[in-house]
Amino acid sequence: MAAVPIEDRSLIARLWSNQETRSVIVQIVTMAIVFALLALVLRNVAINLEAIGKEFSFDFLTAPAAYDITFSPFIDYTSRDSHLTAAAVGILNTLLVAVCGIAAASVLGVTMGILRLSRNWLVNRIVYVFLEFTRNVPVLLHILLVHGIVVTMLPPPRRAIDLGGAAFVSNRGFFMPSPVFEEGAGIVAAVLVIAVAAAFAFRRWAKRVQAETGKIYPVFWICTAIVAGATALAFLAAGAPLSWDVPELKGFNFRGGAALRPEFLALWLALSYYTACFIAEIVRAGILAVSHGQTEAAHALGLRRNRNLQLVVLPQALRIIVPPLVSQYLNLTKNSSLAIAIGYMDIVATIGGISLMQTGKEMETMIIVLGVYLVFSLLISAFMNWFNRSIRYKER
Amino acid sequence: MKATIRNASAFALMLAVASVARAGTLEDVQARGVLNCVVSTGVAGFAYPDDSGEWHGFDVDFCRATAAAVLGDPKAIKAVTSTGKTRFTLLNAGEGDVLWRNTTITFSRDVGVKLRFHGVNYYDGQGFMVPKSLGVSSAKELDGASVCIQTGTTTELNLADYFHSNGMKYEAVTIETNDEARQNYLAGRCDVYTTDASGLAATRSTFTDPDNHVVLPEIISKEPLGPATRHGDDQWSDIVTWVLNATVTAEEKGVTSANVDEMRANSKDPEVLRLLGAEGNQGSELGLSADWAYNIIKSVGNYGEIFERNIGVNTPIGLARGLNALWTDGGLQYSPPFR
Repeated sequence: MAAVPIEDRSLIARLWSNQETRSVIVQIVTMAIVFALLALVLRNVAINLEAIGKEFSFDFLTAPAAYDITFSPFIDYTSRDSHLTAAAVGILNTLLVAVCGIAAASVLGVTMGILRLSRNWLVNRIVYVFLEFTRNVPVLLHILLVHGIVVTMLPPPRRAIDLGGAAFVSNRGFFMPSPVFEEGAGIVAAVLVIAVAAAFAFRRWAKRVQAETGKIYPVFWICTAIVAGATALAFLAAGAPLSWDVPELKGFNFRGGAALRPEFLALWLALSYYTACFIAEIVRAGILAVSHGQTEAAHALGLRRNRNLQLVVLPQALRIIVPPLVSQYLNLTKNSSLAIAIGYMDIVATIGGISLMQTGKEMETMIIVLGVYLVFSLLISAFMNWFNRSIRYKER
Repeated sequence: MKATIRNASAFALMLAVASVARAGTLEDVQARGVLNCVVSTGVAGFAYPDDSGEWHGFDVDFCRATAAAVLGDPKAIKAVTSTGKTRFTLLNAGEGDVLWRNTTITFSRDVGVKLRFHGVNYYDGQGFMVPKSLGVSSAKELDGASVCIQTGTTTELNLADYFHSNGMKYEAVTIETNDEARQNYLAGRCDVYTTDASGLAATRSTFTDPDNHVVLPEIISKEPLGPATRHGDDQWSDIVTWVLNATVTAEEKGVTSANVDEMRANSKDPEVLRLLGAEGNQGSELGLSADWAYNIIKSVGNYGEIFERNIGVNTPIGLARGLNALWTDGGLQYSPPFR
């Protein structure tokens, strides 16, 4: 080590002993290291791609994908479409299972969370055992388990379980009639939209009345009556413009109608009940965290049990529940990438799987897949943060 | 400080997945003392581990032949298992030195994925297998069927093309490995299993009731299966090419594992003598020992022996030589001369 002149050493020492400059120096050094590592990685990637003669480009996206994706409920996809379209199919399939999964997991999770608090010993214990079993087994095994049950336990199409001649259950999926809208269905749809708007307007009005006079209307029932009644009337008036496409066994498989494929079913159910178990514990924690004094005070004010839950307990519990709930929603979305294990064609299986393999564009396809998950996660986060702010305790 | 830099770059390398495809694979393998072969996750007859974890099969024997040529020891191999999807990434990332994994040679893999192919060790074609009970006798009758396929394979693309061009519809049930495909097929999730005909025969041999399943007569594609290496190492490419050629030439010349010592000592055929290193210096030109091909034949056998031992008519797989007979017997197996 070379000798450092005395003035310099004292300068360094002075900078170092100052807390503010020291923290700035540490941050600059950390940043430099992070960027250097990043640059090193990128440089390596570039050198390695160069070494095996691979070009970094997204041109392959417009070439025909040449493979089939059977499960494509939103896009009419054929093997002649481009890799980009295949990616879109995959993204929509990921979205579909994530949205359905989040909805089912929430309902199931809240239900189990409340049952877990039940004073009925049997109910309480059954839910407890189920929760502990499910939470402590990796989600991939649950997916394989449900898929295995559907595929091996249910009968093949020719011996499908017949539900009233309209719906069928087999190991190729659940087949149901799908609605076919005929002329005049547009009017019914328009009436439905208007009725929903009217129901919302009524709800606002009822709230105002309650605030001013204290009079309480059965808002839920009246809204249901408005929406269901108006739509039913319009439906009849338009001459029932709806028929059903009933699935029928033709050759190897059922044709027509709508189908829930075993792959979607397995992924959806497994992700839902697995995530629901975590949500149940979050809900239980949230409810238990609301001080018992609150409930007693509400009782003392004469609130009935369910109004108490609705007006006092849940709003306070929600504030505790929502932040950890977000991470469960994110987990579910990310776990959906396990779809590949059972052949559900999500984003990882399409662009990140077959396209990757057929074109050899590992870097490019993985960047797309990462980008898609990042965007999904950020969107869910943003929405839940907004929701969290809207239910936050408002100081008055 | 130097060590830190080295650690940092090692870390970065790891992140970047692909390690530099250097020339000098031969030196790397010899320094390591073990040959890393990319093989499948398990296909009966072609590549499968036994109870003790030792790998066997047609492709594995070619891997052993390569190890025998390069290291003089057919046991010095490590099987790097890969699905149809991961195989090329593993090879290009340097996890494997050579790929022997019933892999079809295609334009896009050669040019797009940047691989070197070194000849064909099995001429195959895509077929369909169905349960006899379905009463199907031709692939043309499969309209509307559910078809199990392995993802990341050429069969996936052939299937799409075949059904598209015949105006038929199907439900693609996409599976990751041969094993999962087998389970789904047996459970009745799909009516048909499609892969290379050799793979169908291999898979069928593992069923408890192989006689209740038939392979349909249609072969819908050409599937020349062969070994692959990375771009950028010509010496290594030559070695893999001539390992394959040595097994074929040996069969053509009647050199077997049983008579190889005698042939080396007494043969009058100069090509046999060159092949077995008794004459000339072909071994050192390849960067190998003079007895490289002798080691292959002695320890693994010639092409015919490898074929019959693993997938031939007397094995449960029961494949006839067919296209894979020597050119002198009306097949396609043909090696350039050792001259």
